[in-house]
Amino acid sequence: MSLPAIPNIFKLNRGTGSPRRLQDNLTIFLFLLPGLILFLVFVIYPIFQSIYYSMFNWKGFGPAEDFVGLDNFKNILGDKVFMIALRNAFLLIVFSLLLQLPLSLILAVMVGRDLPGRAFFRTIFFMPYVISEVITAIMWLFLLNPNPNRGFVNAVIVAFGGEAQPWLGDTTLVLPSLFIALTWKYFGFHMLLYMAGLQNIPHEIEEAGRIDGASAFQNFFYITLPLLGSTIRTSVYLSVLGSIQQFILVWIMSKGGPVNASETLATYMIRFGFVRFQLGYGSAVAIYMFLICVTFSLLYQRLTRQPDYLTGL
Amino acid sequence: MSRKIYTLLSLLIVAAFVLSACGNGASTEAPPSEPDAPAATEPPASEDKVTVTWWHITTDERQAAVWQTLADGYMAEHPNVNIEISILENEAFKTKLTTVMQSGEPPDIFQSWGGGVMNEYIAAGLMKDITADLDANGGEWRNRFSPGALGVYSLDGKNYGVPWDMGMVGFWYNKDLFAQAGIDAPPTTWDELLEDVKTLKAAGITPIALGEGDKWPGHFWFGYLATRICGQEGFQAAASRTGSFTDPCFVKAGNKILELNALEPFQDGFLGATYGDQSTVMGNGEAAMELMGQWAPGAQAGNSADGQGLGDKLGFFPFPAVAGGAGAATDAFGGGNGFGIGKDAEPEAVDFVKWLTTAEAQVACAEAGFCIPVVKGGEAGLSDPLLITLQQTLAKAEYFQLYYDQALPPAVGSVVNDSVQGIFAGTLTPEQAVQAIEDSAAQEIK
Repeated sequence: MSLPAIPNIFKLNRGTGSPRRLQDNLTIFLFLLPGLILFLVFVIYPIFQSIYYSMFNWKGFGPAEDFVGLDNFKNILGDKVFMIALRNAFLLIVFSLLLQLPLSLILAVMVGRDLPGRAFFRTIFFMPYVISEVITAIMWLFLLNPNPNRGFVNAVIVAFGGEAQPWLGDTTLVLPSLFIALTWKYFGFHMLLYMAGLQNIPHEIEEAGRIDGASAFQNFFYITLPLLGSTIRTSVYLSVLGSIQQFILVWIMSKGGPVNASETLATYMIRFGFVRFQLGYGSAVAIYMFLICVTFSLLYQRLTRQPDYLTGL
Repeated sequence: MSRKIYTLLSLLIVAAFVLSACGNGASTEAPPSEPDAPAATEPPASEDKVTVTWWHITTDERQAAVWQTLADGYMAEHPNVNIEISILENEAFKTKLTTVMQSGEPPDIFQSWGGGVMNEYIAAGLMKDITADLDANGGEWRNRFSPGALGVYSLDGKNYGVPWDMGMVGFWYNKDLFAQAGIDAPPTTWDELLEDVKTLKAAGITPIALGEGDKWPGHFWFGYLATRICGQEGFQAAASRTGSFTDPCFVKAGNKILELNALEPFQDGFLGATYGDQSTVMGNGEAAMELMGQWAPGAQAGNSADGQGLGDKLGFFPFPAVAGGAGAATDAFGGGNGFGIGKDAEPEAVDFVKWLTTAEAQVACAEAGFCIPVVKGGEAGLSDPLLITLQQTLAKAEYFQLYYDQALPPAVGSVVNDSVQGIFAGTLTPEQAVQAIEDSAAQEIK
């Protein structure tokens, strides 16, 4: 999915005179300015504000006065709960890449073909993504209720002779339970990405493969998958960033509990920044999250080489 | 030619953005100023239009109508005053209040629970000192309240708000389930409670409902046990830093939780359950008791399948005595609701709060079933026998312990809740839990 080389877009005017070019640039600049201002005010300025506050012991009321240098950053690294949050973020990433994305891809290939009723399945699969995250979380709260009389999942298990499980009330079950809810919510989105990618692959190539005697599997692994490369890169990128920043679903379903077992970086930041009124500390957590995301983004861009314009957000 | 139009257009867009940005962004952050001992606010005499903003969290329609009626009555008598009421759901209120507090613009009157959070606001100069108003006319306003309840809204001898409700935590139990298990009287000691738990368990009944996912319901257990074992001195010493939360009495309180926990008395999945789940379990008659505040009957009814709750089957008994503890068995643990006064409140706002805390107003809210009156004469509004029992138990208490997570600074309170959850989950020993609380207290309380 390579875009035309960028400079061409801007060569609106073939004139070579420099006043003309200056005027062009001015127009471009003026058109960019509104967006730039919004970006500076709502993205760049808060980042620097966070950096400033992260060096204070500050409760959020009145001016920050108690300067503590880099203590907040040191304390975070020494906090066991932060390590749990990091581990959970890592686990979510691994689960997403190994389970969620392959599942989305398989479904995309299935509903992308000329199956009867594929429009119906496409809609159904995409539906969870349209529902708000809060509603999703509350729905899953009901489904996972530990009491088999109220929780559908446990009711099914009991009906088949199993034992009801305290899904969200158990320190080992809570993360997998949340992951199931997350997968349910997001697989449709990734499926849609893959479907868009699949549509860009010319039929002729697959057809040629088939004529040359490639099996369906060979066709998929040697033609479809490589040609889907840039879409997969985008999807992996979004999935990883989403896992790092995941908040709403976790906060509503488990509040990061029990005893921090499902803490993510974002719930950790809210718990220590806002619930405990330690906004300086919370800002330092935000800086760490920012650094993690930026480092990942840069490394990822570097490692996957081919620039991927879709990821710009 | 068209280029000129482009340039013009883009300039216009830029100007629009810049101007609109300037228009909104003018929130001034006033530095906290310490007004020195303000005089009692004059009785409002001016005919100028005054708007009083009031945020409360009484969302129930019938109960909110009580506040509205009182506000309407006041506005009828004071035509120049306009009272703007915002009704917010509890959690939404906390979030929204924190936001306006951070921008330094509190509402004139707002829901407050006193304690550590209020103290933070006071320290930042966001609340109004109304001591002089309370003492005006020979302390006419001050003398309306029971001193314990009023004290919750004061810091260093100055008042920043007044109570309108004060309740306590205790056991709400299902009489039918107790009878079914063959228990004829509620327990009066901790050991009896443990025995009853065993008896209930043996009868196939879930003894206790607990929504420990929300953490604060479990903190009641720890707080009450510590109040019984450490007594008033123990807590106050630790909270004022002359003592420590690692004192053996706090560890003992944690060990009592372990004793209880070993009996597996809670409903399945209690570690992930919310308080809503807890009251559902109680309201549907699926567990025999819960340790909860005065709002429990209402919450049980609201969360039960039939919307009725337990009705006559519901009973109340105070937290049992713990053998060898320093605290009296009558000491109460709980909290209540009050009106906090924002720093920019006009004299009319203070006058209106006086209006809201008359005996008549208290009778009205007690009749609507959402307060345990703190103003003398207000208890006439109570008709529910359980609430009368609770109010009388409360009146007998010589020491009133505000919820730990309210009394302590927010950071410490949150560590208490987190650590106690750790004890319930078995991931923290009582020693580790109190150490965590101590570490946070050492850092936060200076």
